[in-house]
Amino acid sequence: MSWLNRVRQRIPFVAKRDTPDNLWQKCRKCQEMLFTKDYEENLWVCPRCDDHGRIGADCRLGQVLDAGYEILPSPTVKEDPLKFKDSKRYTDRLKTARNNAPHPDALTNAAGSIEGRKAVVGVQDFGFMGGSMGMAVGEAFIAGVDRAVTEGCPYIIFTAAGGARMQEGILSLMQMPRTTVAIQRLKAAGLPYIVVLTDPTTGGVTASYAMLGDVQIAEPDALIGFAGQRVIQDTIREKLPEGFQRAEYLLAHGMIDMVIHRKDLRDRLASVIDYLMAAKQAA
Amino acid sequence: MTSYLEFEKPLAELERRISELRTAADQDDVAVDIDAEVARLEKKARDQLASIYKSLTPWQKTQVARHPSRPHFGDYIAHAFTDFVPLGGDRAFADDQAIIGGFATLDTPDGGVKVMVIGHEKGNDTQSRLKHNFGMGKPEGYRKAIRLMEMAGKFGLPVVTLVDTSGAFPGVEAEERGQAEAIARATEACLNLPVPMVAAIVGEGGSGGAVALASAERVLMMENAVYSVISPEGCASILWRTAEKAPEAAEAMRVTAQDLKQLGVIDSIVPEPLGGAHRDPVAAAKALGKAIADELGKLSGMGADKLRDARASRFLKIGSLA
Repeated sequence: MSWLNRVRQRIPFVAKRDTPDNLWQKCRKCQEMLFTKDYEENLWVCPRCDDHGRIGADCRLGQVLDAGYEILPSPTVKEDPLKFKDSKRYTDRLKTARNNAPHPDALTNAAGSIEGRKAVVGVQDFGFMGGSMGMAVGEAFIAGVDRAVTEGCPYIIFTAAGGARMQEGILSLMQMPRTTVAIQRLKAAGLPYIVVLTDPTTGGVTASYAMLGDVQIAEPDALIGFAGQRVIQDTIREKLPEGFQRAEYLLAHGMIDMVIHRKDLRDRLASVIDYLMAAKQAA
Repeated sequence: MTSYLEFEKPLAELERRISELRTAADQDDVAVDIDAEVARLEKKARDQLASIYKSLTPWQKTQVARHPSRPHFGDYIAHAFTDFVPLGGDRAFADDQAIIGGFATLDTPDGGVKVMVIGHEKGNDTQSRLKHNFGMGKPEGYRKAIRLMEMAGKFGLPVVTLVDTSGAFPGVEAEERGQAEAIARATEACLNLPVPMVAAIVGEGGSGGAVALASAERVLMMENAVYSVISPEGCASILWRTAEKAPEAAEAMRVTAQDLKQLGVIDSIVPEPLGGAHRDPVAAAKALGKAIADELGKLSGMGADKLRDARASRFLKIGSLA
C-alpha cells in the first residue's frame, strides 16, 4: 500500500476506492501491460507469454484449495537468535518485511480440501525476504506436517525461496535435517508428501524438503537448483546451457515427475491424491 | 617448511631466530651458551603460540580450518584407524573422489571398533587437491555415502563421518545429476540409520554439503573447525555487497565450535594440539579418535528405534524456545 492510500484510508470523508492500487501491471517476462483484473483472472499467468508470475500465500491457497479453508497459526520462534547485524539489523529487516506482508514469516499453512480431498497445504512466499528458510519456516513446515498427520491427509508444499536465511546462520542450516525429520513422520504414517516447485526454488530449500516429495511437480519455467547461476559461472567459467535449471530442464534430466500449468494444477493435485490415498481409503 | 598465517607472523619471526641460532651452533664452536638462549626463545614461542590461539577471532579460525597443512580425511584414517578398506562408487554414475568411505577399525584401548567411515577429502598438494576436487562433493559422492550408510545399517556397523568441505560442488553437471536431491537424500539416510552415528566437523563444515554427512545423533567439532550455512565470503558478498567484509560475516554468523556448542548445534569440542591441528596432525587424529570412541561407547546397546528417536529429537530441539 502506498503512503497516499494509507493516508486516504485514515481520512473518513474520502470515499474508499473500489479499484485496486494498480490498474495495470507489466509482465516481468514479455513486458506486456496487463489489465490487473485480467491478469488475476488468469491466475497471474501472463495471457501473452504464459509466464507464471510469483504469487503470495493467500493468492495460492485461494487458487488451490476449495473455499472455506482454515489458515493455520504461525508457530512462534526465537526471534533473531544470533543478534545478527549486517548493514542493517535483522530485526529491522524483519519489521520491514512484516509491514508489507499479511503473514509473520515466509511459510503459511492451511488445512482444507482440494476438489473435496482433504489436504494440508503450505505455501512459501518469495515476497517475504526471498522466501528464505529460517527457524520460522522450518517450524511452520513441521507444524503443517503434524497437522496433516493428525488429519490423516497429504501434506503439499509449494516451495519458493532463495535458500537459507543467512541472518539466522547455522540455525537456518539446521532446518534441513529438521524438516527432513518431519517428512519421515509423514512417511511413517503412510501419508503422501507432494512438492510443487515454483519460481524460484534454490539453495538449502532445494537440498532438503523441496526434493523429497513422493511426487515432484513444477510450474512451467520455474528456476530450480542448488547452486546459484552466478556461483556456477564463476566456478566453471563457461556459458550455462540453454534453459539451465528451469523446470523443463529438470524434467528432461529426470529430477521431477511433471511440469504442470497453473490452470491445471488443482485438477492434477486432486488426481495424484486419489492415487496415493487409494489403498489407505480402501482399508 | 611451515606456512604461517597472517596473524602468526610474530611467531614466524621467533621461530626463524631459533632456527638461525641452531644453525650457528652447528657451524662453529662458539663459547656462548646457545642452548639456554634457544630454550628461552622456544618457551617464548610456545607462550606466544598459546596466547595467539587462545583468542582467535572467528575469521582467524576460518583460516586455521582451511590451513593447507591441516590434517584431512587421509590423515585421520592413518592415525586414528587401522585396516581401512575403501569402498567405491555410487553404482549409477561414478566414484567421486571428494567423498571417500569404507570399512575401518577405530583405534581403542581394547582392540578397536569396526565402523563404516565416510568423509570429505580435500587433498594435500596440487595434484591430490585436483583429484579430490578440493573436497567438494558431487551427487555421485553423496549417493556413494548413502549406499555406504545403508550397507552399514544392514550389517550393524556404526557410522563415523569426517566433515571437511567448503560446500558441495557448484557445477552444471552436478546440477544436472541432482546435487540438491543427493544432498537431501543423504541427510535423510543419516536420520534413518538403525545404527549409531557420530559426525565430526574436522575442518570446514560448509553448508548443505556438510549437513548431508552430519545429521547424526552426536556431532563433534575440532576446536578450530568452523561450520556455517554459507562461507563468510559468500555471506559478506550478499549481505554487505563485498567479500571483503568476510571477517564481519564470520563473526555475525557465529561459525566457531565454541559458539555452536553454546547454540546446541554441536555436542562437544575436541581440543587440538597447541597452535592448531596442523602443528601436530598425529596428536589431533588421536584426540579425535578417542572422542569418537567415547561417543560410540555411550551409544552402544541402543536399538534402532531409540537411535532414530534420539537423532530426530536432537535436531527438533535445536533453536527451540525452551
